[in-house]
Amino acid sequence: MADLDDGDDRFEADVLVIGGGTAGPLAAYKAKAANPALKVVLLEKANVKRSGAIAIGMDGLNNAVVPGFATPEQYVREITIANDGIVDQKAILAYATRSFDMIRELDDWGVKFLKDENGDYDLKKVHHLGTYVLPMPEGGSVKKILYRQLRKAQVLISNRFMATRLLKGADGRIAGAIAVNSRTADILIIRAKAVILATGAAGRLGLPASGYLWGTYENPTNSGDGHAMAFHAGAELTNLECFQINPLIKDYNGPACAYVGGPFGAYTANTQGARFIESDYWSGQMMLEFRKELEGVKGPVFLKFDHLAEETISEVENILHKVERPSRGLFHAGRGTDYRHDMVEMHISEIGFCSGHSASGVWVDEHARTIVPGLYAAGDMASVPHNYMLGAFVNGAIAGKDAAALAGSTDLADYDPHDVETERARVRVPLNNEDGLPPNQVEYKIRRLVNDYLQPPKVTRKYEIAQRRFAEIRADLPRLVARDAHELMRALEVHSILDCADMAAAASLYRTESRWGLYHYRLDYPEQDDANWFCHVQLFKDEKGAIALKKRPVDPYVVPVEATQKDAYHRLRIPTPA
Amino acid sequence: MPFAENPSEFPVKIDHDKCIADKGCTVCVDVCPLDVLRINPETGKAHMRYDECWYCLPCQLDCPTKAVTVTIPYLLR
Repeated sequence: MADLDDGDDRFEADVLVIGGGTAGPLAAYKAKAANPALKVVLLEKANVKRSGAIAIGMDGLNNAVVPGFATPEQYVREITIANDGIVDQKAILAYATRSFDMIRELDDWGVKFLKDENGDYDLKKVHHLGTYVLPMPEGGSVKKILYRQLRKAQVLISNRFMATRLLKGADGRIAGAIAVNSRTADILIIRAKAVILATGAAGRLGLPASGYLWGTYENPTNSGDGHAMAFHAGAELTNLECFQINPLIKDYNGPACAYVGGPFGAYTANTQGARFIESDYWSGQMMLEFRKELEGVKGPVFLKFDHLAEETISEVENILHKVERPSRGLFHAGRGTDYRHDMVEMHISEIGFCSGHSASGVWVDEHARTIVPGLYAAGDMASVPHNYMLGAFVNGAIAGKDAAALAGSTDLADYDPHDVETERARVRVPLNNEDGLPPNQVEYKIRRLVNDYLQPPKVTRKYEIAQRRFAEIRADLPRLVARDAHELMRALEVHSILDCADMAAAASLYRTESRWGLYHYRLDYPEQDDANWFCHVQLFKDEKGAIALKKRPVDPYVVPVEATQKDAYHRLRIPTPA
Repeated sequence: MPFAENPSEFPVKIDHDKCIADKGCTVCVDVCPLDVLRINPETGKAHMRYDECWYCLPCQLDCPTKAVTVTIPYLLR
């Protein structure tokens, strides 16, 4: 290599996992378990002990496929219908058939699931058709349990490193990644035979209605770095126009958790306290009805508990105020909101990319492989729809196992030193600038424009204006200033956020129909158009480095869906008497 | 400094009498997903350095001496 005396740290691994939240730890653990001789490195922007979407735990499994309650085929059918048919069923089935074994493995590790008096899993119905929600009454301990397994398996953990670009060999294989330390700004070059991306959602795309950059629905560490890295490495991203938009507690911007409250009798209501949707399960169709009610004369929308018995409310509080977003109790107390006599005001979230709840992300097949040889993706950033936490675990495990097999039978690819030079130069710019633009200001501007122009309902002209504004901001990026390593991380995240904003705009403009309820509701193309758009939209980088798009046919279903069921999710609104 | 000052209230507060960062503890700094906490070399105590709080609570929950209090950021309260 030509650049051996540049002062950068170098490291060689067999399997490199980028992101230590939910999918990442399982990927690293399973790779190591499959072949203990491999050197498996888990790189994390924060600290694996408390990172990612489940940093403070999770209140339940939202997609548990448990014998006696549902079959994998039923689950595949429900997720197909919920996504208006645009799914790769093989990948969903790969998840569904492994779902129960993963639950039992987590149970063995010490994760506590709700069980009935016979010791059987006690599932609850939240979805429109089937029963898939398994509460975790002590779900706050999930990360600690994962961390213990990683230590036991001797996975090498590197905290406070932000991966910024992937490296590839001349033959197109993955060769590793470049990362920057968020405390020292030191650059690390990691060579690896297989790389698994698990960087979570693009959660800092839209701006929360509060205006606070960090008050996002997603853990704001998840700034879409993986989406950007995959794009620049030549992977395909799919259905990015299928935005994530969630129903949340207004201002607090955390989940209201009808999934938790629903089985106890709580429900989403309008200002009259009346139900208006049949199912509180998050889907684009549900969000469209939610938005109509929110903006209408019966708005805003609330989560209603006040009709429930005292002991039920205490039990709900005991879950909602302890796991996933435990500061929720503090928020309610500050406003004097008590579930016993107050409904909780709700709102809709800012937009993002997150396959955990929608269907967009880096395209992967049923082995969690992207189209770049040796590059995998799993969790909220990969394309398996309605993944949630359990999907991240299972698909992380699938990726880890497949990557271990690959790493055991291949050698390291040689990266191009020129690519490292280019990236080092990009990373160093904000530190070298003495005057210019602070990252928080540039980020605020991008995300405010995302709200102004990209938030559905989508309008073509607004999207075109957004693209022009984004191009102007892109020209500003070389003027970003970082006064320390921490601000450098923020500046590099701004690059990812802008990449994601551009991708969201391009993908949305390409699909000239409406689909997935509110997620892709285009006012100038208001109808679903199966004749032209019953397909995935694949986004990728062309030879000139620009965003390109193409259609990808939906593979033949492995689980047939009856014609009578296909529009079940389009019948969510409760009819009102004339 | 090339930037204007733009003050904001810090959502994370540290009780200096309880904080044992001067004895080598870095728990809150380690567990913060947003990496906004640091140890002040002058006081030897933890403090919030960057206003980038997700009000997620690991700093408060994991602190061995209960020195950390998180409030909901003012804009959301």
